[in-house]
Amino acid sequence: MVTTWANRRRTRIDDLATGRSLGADALVRLRRNPVAIVGAVIIALFILVSIFAPWIAPHDASQAFPELQEGLRPDVIPGAQPGFPLGSDQNGRDFFSRMILASRQTLLVGVFATVIGLIFGVLIGVLAGAFGGWVDTLLMRFTDVLLSIPSLLLAISIAALAARPSQTTVIIAVAIVGVPIFARLLRGSMLAQRDSDHVTAATALGVKRRAIVLRHMVPNAIGPVIVQATLTLATAILDAAALSFLGLGDGDPARAEWGLMLANAQAYLDVRPALAFYPAIAIILVALGFTLLGEALREALDPKGRR
Amino acid sequence: MLRFIVRRLLQVVPTLFVLSVLLFAWLRLLPGGPAAALLGDKATPEKIAELNRVLGLDQPIPLQYLRYLGRSLTGDFGNSLISGDPVISEIGRALPATLELSVAALLLAVVLGIPLGYVAARYRGRPLDTTTVIGTLVGVAVPVFFLGFLLKQWFAVDLGWFPPSGRQSVSIDATKVTGLAVLDGLLTREFDASWDALVHLVLPAIALATIPLAVITRITRASVLDVLGSDFVRTANSKGLAPGTVRSRHVLRNALLPVSTTIGLQTGLLLGGAVLTEKVFVWGGLGTLIADGITRRDYPRLQAIVLLGAAVYVLVNLLVDLSYALIDPRVRLR
Repeated sequence: MVTTWANRRRTRIDDLATGRSLGADALVRLRRNPVAIVGAVIIALFILVSIFAPWIAPHDASQAFPELQEGLRPDVIPGAQPGFPLGSDQNGRDFFSRMILASRQTLLVGVFATVIGLIFGVLIGVLAGAFGGWVDTLLMRFTDVLLSIPSLLLAISIAALAARPSQTTVIIAVAIVGVPIFARLLRGSMLAQRDSDHVTAATALGVKRRAIVLRHMVPNAIGPVIVQATLTLATAILDAAALSFLGLGDGDPARAEWGLMLANAQAYLDVRPALAFYPAIAIILVALGFTLLGEALREALDPKGRR
Repeated sequence: MLRFIVRRLLQVVPTLFVLSVLLFAWLRLLPGGPAAALLGDKATPEKIAELNRVLGLDQPIPLQYLRYLGRSLTGDFGNSLISGDPVISEIGRALPATLELSVAALLLAVVLGIPLGYVAARYRGRPLDTTTVIGTLVGVAVPVFFLGFLLKQWFAVDLGWFPPSGRQSVSIDATKVTGLAVLDGLLTREFDASWDALVHLVLPAIALATIPLAVITRITRASVLDVLGSDFVRTANSKGLAPGTVRSRHVLRNALLPVSTTIGLQTGLLLGGAVLTEKVFVWGGLGTLIADGITRRDYPRLQAIVLLGAAVYVLVNLLVDLSYALIDPRVRLR
């Protein structure tokens, strides 16, 4: 029997011998990192709940029940009762079903805002990093300006342009906040690639510029951007909640989304604090999950950590 | 040094210029144009045309921009749609409240964050370190406004230790000097007023400080760890310097450089967080102006505060850069 230590040691030597890529190597290290596992478990649960939400939730999120509405008083919101495990919300709807179904909407806001920000950020970053010169100066000046506005103020000024705030305006506002961050990160790490040996070699071999940028520079430069995107998933959900709190969220009362529910529950904090607590805890857990995952990814992708 | 300062100052100019263009264009992005948005439900084609003429919106765009730029530079941001007062005087009245809150929060974050990060790094891997790291991760995941409500509910409503909202008790008749309530009380020797203001400040400052505190703690920890592993610390230790000397003169001094940059970046977070915190605690500063401005769609007010916020943010970071150059001569050479 070999000891665990020897086993681990051997795997490591095997890794080196097989010459695994940084990506595969990172994956291995990610699996050994408890932080990554905790983050991944939280996020996996969150995604599972949102996939199976309609089957888990016993009721419709927007439906009000007479038996719950009967119990509603200015100072009373009914708690748990048969068929309604978490009781009623401020409008006589099943709070449990709303909590479950809200996972979908919250995931939707976070993912869409991040992906849209990512697409535009990467586009700007690639253009700036690939062309350099005045294109670079111009694009970076633009990102400087976006970065000079404190992020929540930027989101507010975009969301406030809409005459009628909706989920779409929240997503757009939060997405734009991420664009300059992604752009700068990608540009920075592409610039570091430009003078590297493998790019020089590709150029000398006569590889087309387009191929150098897309096949040699971008794949090697995208790491920090992916880390940032994971972290942005957390801040996007928090920013969306903040916008809802400021009255720039979706005005549709039927919509069940954790940030919106938390914001709307503030008026009933004296009557039924649970209406704020549950969405808040859900948001904190999800944000924590994405943050842990992002931090672990950052560590795993850091070439300094390779042995 | 002077050349460095001038160069950094010149770099700010284009940023502020493009910012002014963006904010100028911003109002023109409104559906139906600014006039329709300003008039709201009362909009008729005649009224819109009339307001457009009054606002100078019938002029060519470049001329409009030059006018806007000229007015902004002289501090004329138009009148608030809510109060009818000039926006600049509204901001003037609200600024001390936000300044007091932000300074208190930043102080709290720095005074607690740097020692906490340092201690966590020194005892790396021990329970204290693990707790700190978990704390910083949870700290940034809590919605600021929810934390504010929690503090308010527990320590003000349930326990009654602190007042739930506002900056001063109605019963206190304080003399205004600077507008910073705590400082005013000290200056005028009205110590009860100072104490009253301080008690009001505690909960909002804690709520606002949480995220900067978490960030500063983490950066300090990472930075100290980095320096602890460096060659010059090993050298200092092996040549027999007293551990205290190595810690204060070698480790802390070098570790604080990245921290100072982070502190500058926190001012942006503070401005955003102030909007949420001030709304929870009915603070009556810039954040309250913004929050009210949002619900009533007071565009001139929002435009002015965003411009001001960005200018302050850029300026603070410029100052941090300059101080950085002052501490570390290597920066100047670049």
